[in-house]
Amino acid sequence: MSALIDLDHAATTPVRPEVVAAMEPFAELDYGNPSGSHRLARAAVRALDEARERCAAVLGCAPGEVVFTSGGTESDNQAVAGGMPPRSGTPVCSAAEHHAVLDVVQALDGSVVAVDAAGRIRLDLLATELDRLAATDRPPAVVSVMLANNEVGTISDLVEVRHVVDRHAPGTPLHTDAVQAAAWLDVADAAAHADLVSVSGHKLGSPKGIGALVVHHGAQVRPLLLGGGQERGRRSGTVNVAGAVGLATALELTAGSLRENGGRVAALRDRLADGLLDRVDGLVETVVVDRDRSHVLPGTCHVCIPGVDSETLLLLMEGAGVCASAGSSCSSGAAEGSHVVAACGVPPELAAGAVRLTLGRTSTDADVDAVLEALPAAVERLRSRA
Amino acid sequence: MKVLVAMSGGVDSSVAAALLRDEGHQVVGATMRLWGGESDSGCCSVADVEDARRVAAQLGIDHHVLNLADEFHTHVVEPYVADHVAGRTPNPCIECNRHLKFDVFLERAEVLGYDAVATGHHARRVQLADGTWRIARAVDSAKDQSYVLHPLTPEALGRVLFPVGAMTKAEVRDRAAALGLRTAEKAESQDVCFITSTEGRRKFLAARTELHPGRVVDVDGTELGTVAAVETVTLGQRRGVGASGGAARRFVVDVDVPGRTVTVGPPERLMVDHADLDRMVWAGPSQGGTVPDGPVLAQCSAHGDPRPARVEDLGGGAARVWFEEPSRRVAPGQSVVLYATDPANGEYVVGGGLAT
Repeated sequence: MSALIDLDHAATTPVRPEVVAAMEPFAELDYGNPSGSHRLARAAVRALDEARERCAAVLGCAPGEVVFTSGGTESDNQAVAGGMPPRSGTPVCSAAEHHAVLDVVQALDGSVVAVDAAGRIRLDLLATELDRLAATDRPPAVVSVMLANNEVGTISDLVEVRHVVDRHAPGTPLHTDAVQAAAWLDVADAAAHADLVSVSGHKLGSPKGIGALVVHHGAQVRPLLLGGGQERGRRSGTVNVAGAVGLATALELTAGSLRENGGRVAALRDRLADGLLDRVDGLVETVVVDRDRSHVLPGTCHVCIPGVDSETLLLLMEGAGVCASAGSSCSSGAAEGSHVVAACGVPPELAAGAVRLTLGRTSTDADVDAVLEALPAAVERLRSRA
Repeated sequence: MKVLVAMSGGVDSSVAAALLRDEGHQVVGATMRLWGGESDSGCCSVADVEDARRVAAQLGIDHHVLNLADEFHTHVVEPYVADHVAGRTPNPCIECNRHLKFDVFLERAEVLGYDAVATGHHARRVQLADGTWRIARAVDSAKDQSYVLHPLTPEALGRVLFPVGAMTKAEVRDRAAALGLRTAEKAESQDVCFITSTEGRRKFLAARTELHPGRVVDVDGTELGTVAAVETVTLGQRRGVGASGGAARRFVVDVDVPGRTVTVGPPERLMVDHADLDRMVWAGPSQGGTVPDGPVLAQCSAHGDPRPARVEDLGGGAARVWFEEPSRRVAPGQSVVLYATDPANGEYVVGGGLAT
């Protein structure tokens, strides 16, 4: 088999060597439980305190506002539900949210607000919905709008969202899922207006199983997990010390190379997207008009290809060594139709040919070359059989 | 050869993949995700996908999951509901084989560069003296699935392998155990894969269409009772129509869905000398190419005994099967599959269609 080309960096990323090195002492040496009081425990506490401070510095909050969690899904669940039992009132989110937000909102009988063709929440509809809910006995409990979309890559303007929330539902906490955005944007700045912010380590070079929920501005969040009262009572369970150190290291490295890495990857992405537009008849670049990608994450290239079934296309591309995705997967691993692409108004027959190509810090020119060869060839093969 | 093996997560397809691997083929496994809903017996639950994936890993072959849920809904589930509404008795396994496994799946495999697909069905593929491929009964007659495979076109059959068709089920399980496969002792799937045993057929249908209560009358017009859903009654049925309590044995001899009436009568009222079929698929060099004029055996349900018969091609996809002896009427919608016999190949499929 030829070398593997990873065009699925939005799914996960390789762990950075510096992160591995930073975590290593906590496996056999400083393996203590930070909840204790002896020497082993104190070493763990110190590491955890430092990790929390470093995360807070990157995320633009106080150390006490960082709650370590198991990852993006847990952070989203806690932020949207507000803990266990859930907050009273109605959770509100956009139709393009990740399932970790959307499914919680739906489970709590909340409101889902439509998005525009780029995948951004419709502010006029959000205002209307907040007004409507304010007049009911279940007023808005939280508004959740992702900082950048995990499938199509659109970046939201949270300042605008904040204005609408403050005007139409003052006092309602604003949550943002920054899981994808954190690899590319200065979260401290871009999410400054959110009260609750979710991040996940494995999207930016730490291992899976560590994430954080930032609880800013005095927002009230109860725990989802009850027990030993760790994380100031906001998340019970022995803290993943090594993971916290890994997350802090990954966040710092990411923040330190944002501009350089973003610019380099955006150039690769542009060459990829332009190349595909030039080579594949009828290919549509999702949420992008006239090749203007200023509102899209640097690593994301989402396309829809008419007359092609994306599942078969991806298998053909895998045969050529290229790993990509159709956007989302169910637990069995089968591709599923994307609610995000549908929410952006892409017709079903076009959405059936959706492919998400996502680049990351380890992507190279050779990767782009390989996709520019493999994808058009696969489309050609499928179309010649149709 | 490059072979894509449809791995359901059961023991038969697990062994099919192992056999092909051991024969030196380039083997990749694929599990079709057919049903998004709840199911406890199907070939598409997450647990079954996991079994298939683990077996593939044990065998050292790649494994993919193909999402055919939309196609399954269109070609199997919707017609299943519509058939009940029309008073027919469908066989969804046959429609799944016709439209999914040996159409969409085969087509995908071809596009992906595979020379053939294989399944764990108990059936044999035989080549007649004239060079054409046919489906023949499995070595293990109790497990034979040639009936549900009958709609395979000759073109498709040329690219399909049934590696376990030459083995008994016991041999398949022994082989799986010898290989240490986790599916060796796995229970067989039962009934309709997309309906859970707790839910049952009536609840499944009720969630998708309006069911109607009906009256049960005897052939002489006597009112005998009612049924909760006339759509779920099948011709020839004996239980569940309030007709079993009397002195004489009573069977359903007519189902009138629009008239909301089930008629029961003595078994002799079900006896006929022929069955009319439509949607015929003839095996042989090309569809419609070979209509046998000699005696055939007609199998009228998945586990029914074959009946000696002759077949008459009526054209336009229709045929009439003449039974050698008076036979129980075939419920509309049921498949009738015709077999010929020769010493070299045993019983093999010559055609099949749906009772009208």
